[in-house]
Amino acid sequence: MKIKSERDFWSGMMFLVVGLGFAWGALNYSFGSSARPGPAYFPFGLGIMLALLGAFTIFEALTIETEDGEPVGAFAWRPLLVILGAVALFGALLPRLGMFITLPVLILLASMATEEFTWLSAVINTVVLTVFSWLVFSKGLGLTIPLWPTMTFGG
Amino acid sequence: MELINNLVLGFGVAFTWINLAYAFFGALLGTLIGVLPGLGPVATIAMLLPSIYALDATPALIMLAGIYYGAQYGGSTTAILINVPGESASVVTAIDGYQMARKGRAGPALAAAALGSFFAGCVGTLVIAAFAPPLTELAFKFGPAEYFSLMVLGLIGAVVLASGSLIKAISMIVLGLLLGQINTDVISGVPRFSFDIAELTDGIGFVAIAMGVFGFGEIIANLGRPAEHREVFTKDVKGIWPSKQDFQDAWPAVLRGTALGSVLGVLPGGGALLSSFAAYTLEKKSRGRSDEVPFGKGNIRGVAGPESANNAGSQTSFIPMLTLGIPPNAVMALMVGAMTIKGIQPGPQVMTSNPELFWGLIASMWVGNAMLVILNLPLIGIWIKLLTVPYRVLFPAILAFCCIGLYTLNNNNFDVYMAVLFGVAGYVFYKLGCEPAPLLLGFILGPMMEENLRRALLLSRGDWTAFLTRPLSAGLLIAAALMIVVVTLPSIKKKREEAFQEEA
Repeated sequence: MKIKSERDFWSGMMFLVVGLGFAWGALNYSFGSSARPGPAYFPFGLGIMLALLGAFTIFEALTIETEDGEPVGAFAWRPLLVILGAVALFGALLPRLGMFITLPVLILLASMATEEFTWLSAVINTVVLTVFSWLVFSKGLGLTIPLWPTMTFGG
Repeated sequence: MELINNLVLGFGVAFTWINLAYAFFGALLGTLIGVLPGLGPVATIAMLLPSIYALDATPALIMLAGIYYGAQYGGSTTAILINVPGESASVVTAIDGYQMARKGRAGPALAAAALGSFFAGCVGTLVIAAFAPPLTELAFKFGPAEYFSLMVLGLIGAVVLASGSLIKAISMIVLGLLLGQINTDVISGVPRFSFDIAELTDGIGFVAIAMGVFGFGEIIANLGRPAEHREVFTKDVKGIWPSKQDFQDAWPAVLRGTALGSVLGVLPGGGALLSSFAAYTLEKKSRGRSDEVPFGKGNIRGVAGPESANNAGSQTSFIPMLTLGIPPNAVMALMVGAMTIKGIQPGPQVMTSNPELFWGLIASMWVGNAMLVILNLPLIGIWIKLLTVPYRVLFPAILAFCCIGLYTLNNNNFDVYMAVLFGVAGYVFYKLGCEPAPLLLGFILGPMMEENLRRALLLSRGDWTAFLTRPLSAGLLIAAALMIVVVTLPSIKKKREEAFQEEA
């Protein structure tokens, strides 16, 4: 069988798997009865509904002709990994090293996600954004952000 | 006379220095993000949610509202000058607006957009003030069954009127509803789908979802596309003022757009986007001068109509949110979240329990619209300069502000990691052609829907027919079913696809 719409096929797969996952997970909780619905009642129903919708989407993707096969296309791995890696690193480092080290790391790293990267503009951007963020978020709005590394080694 | 009393109260609140300042700041920020392509109101409002902890509820909401309607003004500027809609609601403005700019008539196009929007904003404000109280009265008659049915109608309406595949959009709603099920069950106190992670027992933060999907996902998608070569018509903006003929052409279009936008904004799923598409179609259908410029070649009506409509629609889409607590679009979903952060339970009681907030917010919209005309017409030069900011400078800034916002939300890096996860999901949605806005709506409404469903079943002793025997609830469900039937009818389905293709 040939896939007529690649995008719809994988969307359907995603809905089917996630729906079944939720429905299966809901089995751990009590259903109650229609008169006294328990915690599993709503998510189980929704999970099954999503799985059915997913199955229908797959069916359509396999039967309805499309002009170009609606390919998913190549993933932009470089921005995906660099951007999300930089954000995850920010989350890990901020509580330990503080904003004045972590934010420049985030901005410099993320800037490398594009092919137009140049050190000069990235460094200028980093300095401007770090100072701006400090003034606005820490000074101005008074949000509690760790600024410098905490000196508590080994607790 | 109550209307006048209410508006007096509202303007009293809106004209305090602090509220004027925040309305101005919101309008300014809205214009800014409207002008900057690749940053929309959803991501911006999500980014700012952590900072509203420091504000009172009224200025906070005034500011967030300003961002939404301000973005409608700013979005038209980029649409006209560089053919890149800064905001999705300005997609149709680009068609004729850009053509006008190419012919050296960027000034009149910008003026028609701004003045039309201002007129629409004034009317929209009055519509809210007039229609909110009676709707609130109606909402008090609603029981859990009616609320559940209303939410079904709202969610279905949100996708039926949107572009793209209907079945995938409905699936995205259900996916959102399911994500909203990750929490502690309110009735039994059982933690669900939490995998023994303490943070998950409170549910996923909607800021993490909004920023992950709309912020990070979008940045990755933008960077994954080859850089576009943009032609900016900046030097051509000389005479701003439209000619007498322009006024005569644009005026009826503004009126039609405003009327259409005001109505469509209130509908579930309505708002700025739908209104502008509908208005463009209406303008194309209605007859103008016999010797006018054809549509698609720089007709001023193609700018004035949709721009008035999207502003009217963005304004009146506050009605269901303010009166029923039910958000009709993703931005309103975030407004509901913002109200919850400030300890206000959105719903019909807001008008009586927080009248200063309610009427102050409405009055501030008029004030904000007046500020926007000044911001956008005489100061247009500043915004044009901003268009030259390259994306490689812009996106690290978006990223930095998102990260700080995510961390400071709960002073915890858990939300940062969740947003990374939803960033992946957002990019996958983009690649698979799944519209993410319905997911956010479903996520916000999920817990409310479950609670009302279970309460309704409890009241009816497990009788599902209660949803159909109560007249109001039945009516709402039938309306939802009709909507689905109508758009799946083969003839209309084809028309709908055509309509979206033509304008995309």
